[in-house]
Amino acid sequence: MNRIDATFEGLRHRREKALITFVTAGDPDMATTEALVLEMIAQGADLVELGVPFSDPMAEGPIIQAASARALEAGATLPGIFDLVTRLRSGGVTETPLLLMMYLNCILHYGKDRFFEACARAGIDGVIVPDLPYGEQVEISGEARAHRVHLISLVAPTSRDRIHAIAQNSEGFLYCVSSLGVTGTRAGFATDFDAFFGEIQRHATVPTAVGFGISTPEQAKALAKYAEGVIVGSAVVDLVAKHGTGAAAPVGAFVKALKNAIRE
Amino acid sequence: MTKPGRYGEFGGQYVPETLMNALIELEAAYTKFSQEPEFRAELKALLEGYAGRPSMLYPARKMTQDLGGAQIYLKREDLNHTGSHKINNVLGQALLAKKMGKKRLIAETGAGQHGVAAATAAALLGMECEVFMGVEDMERQQLNVYRMKLLGTKVTGVSSGTGTLKDAVNEAFRCWAGEADTTFYMIGSVMGPHPFPMIVRDFQKVIGEEVRAQLAVEAGRLPDCVIACVGGGSNAMGAFYDFIDSPGVRLVGAEAAGHGVDTRMNAATVTMGETGVFHGMKSLFLQDDGGQIMPVYSISAGLDYPGIGPEHAYLASIGRAEYLPVTDAEAVDSFEYLAKVEGIIPAIESAHAVALARKIAPEMGPEEILVICLSGRGDKDVQSVAKYRGENIHE
Repeated sequence: MNRIDATFEGLRHRREKALITFVTAGDPDMATTEALVLEMIAQGADLVELGVPFSDPMAEGPIIQAASARALEAGATLPGIFDLVTRLRSGGVTETPLLLMMYLNCILHYGKDRFFEACARAGIDGVIVPDLPYGEQVEISGEARAHRVHLISLVAPTSRDRIHAIAQNSEGFLYCVSSLGVTGTRAGFATDFDAFFGEIQRHATVPTAVGFGISTPEQAKALAKYAEGVIVGSAVVDLVAKHGTGAAAPVGAFVKALKNAIRE
Repeated sequence: MTKPGRYGEFGGQYVPETLMNALIELEAAYTKFSQEPEFRAELKALLEGYAGRPSMLYPARKMTQDLGGAQIYLKREDLNHTGSHKINNVLGQALLAKKMGKKRLIAETGAGQHGVAAATAAALLGMECEVFMGVEDMERQQLNVYRMKLLGTKVTGVSSGTGTLKDAVNEAFRCWAGEADTTFYMIGSVMGPHPFPMIVRDFQKVIGEEVRAQLAVEAGRLPDCVIACVGGGSNAMGAFYDFIDSPGVRLVGAEAAGHGVDTRMNAATVTMGETGVFHGMKSLFLQDDGGQIMPVYSISAGLDYPGIGPEHAYLASIGRAEYLPVTDAEAVDSFEYLAKVEGIIPAIESAHAVALARKIAPEMGPEEILVICLSGRGDKDVQSVAKYRGENIHE
């Protein structure tokens, strides 16, 4: 069974919400990313997304854009990220799902089949591709399925008529975008969550997780009631930007606070 | 087109889910309004009464005589209001935006030509407008930044990435993702996700349609060759489109080779690029070993883009159009050549097409006809050409 499915099933039995955290791989270097992943898992992250840096991350706000640029500047590459995942898997991270969040061009350039084969070999359980909407997923879905890597679908408040088809065809979990615009930290949300999640839950065939803009334990708690999981990215990356190679401790404390907030 | 939004394997809609509904809404609105006689009449009135269409098809007799080959005609898009073909597209898109009930226009710009055209259309139609422009480009094109402000547009500098056109496009998409319900993104070229490449091509195809009609009167026949410069490729697609199904018409795009295709300092996408996905489309892009989009270079800020419109990638893949590299040195030489021989100062972008014509025309017979799409005028480039020649002038 894919680790993502197993993890959500375990959480459901324990009546817990999933905490999904994100870091940009290679920011500020691979050793720090490795330490961050271990610390986030130790402090309660149930799934971890590794951002693969791209020169032009169109769906990202300034925080992840800057992290992406720092990682590329420091020499991060996709093979280097697969090495990191291999190290994590052989170093004791056997159960926690690890996902890559990345732009389609990096997959195509690496070679679709070669990419998913490398994912499976290294121990990647799912891939999130922000510039591959439902309708274009056929681009890589065959290769992903052949190597049993989940292709995570995103659904947005503007998806309207598309929500049904996206939800019915999703695998792993359904990534519900909390608000319009790009990734980043937000003070508040304008989305009508009752209506949005009402529509999603009517059609969902896999667990849902809500992300984009969640930056405090209070926000995580408030949004956790709508979904089976909460995704926190930019707020973690912001701590890495501030603390650099010493980010593991503050990130760990933040992750612990997030997990406690959604546990209550 | 193989299926809607696809040109062979190229094209598509590779955008964040947040934007999908905006693209669907845009396509529906375009399909509806572009078939309505009222919309078509309004656009025609704007193109004729405001932009100055049809643009002249000028027989370049001195150039023809000098090169000693094909009869050369210049399609004078430089004589349009705002000085380039960009006005054709923005009038169409701004009118569409207005019909859709959008209050606000956003656009990206590299050299500032599309930004100025967008600001112009916004002023004319009484709409709010914001243009995203790389900070590097703002520095290089201060005059156009001021022009846009004069027209009442807000110019927002983009410092992410390389601070150039591709980053301005990224930022425009990011902005649009947050406010697509009230805002219309007027993309400047035949690029981006479907339906943009189709819409921009449709608004630019008037160039080729006019060439066909004008030559029928002037010479009673079709051209043998049409040459246009290609960055994203809007003036070239506009000039080529009406001739795609006329197999006797050779279609040639001039790509910016910067310091040369044997250096990394170029923007020759078809010559040097690989298939990839960027800015919402599958097309050809200049990429590095890791699939990162490469910084590109050309003396021409309008051709300084790491990709090309998907329909051009398709025409190149099936061999219907050719795309040949032209260096900075060749473009500057042709900028000066056209000024001296015909008394016309072309945009440095268009000078790339002139440079190719100077190679191709002498190989053609005197009974043959070659049309150059002179996409813009060169006033904006005088300073940078002077600098290239080692002269420092202040505007």
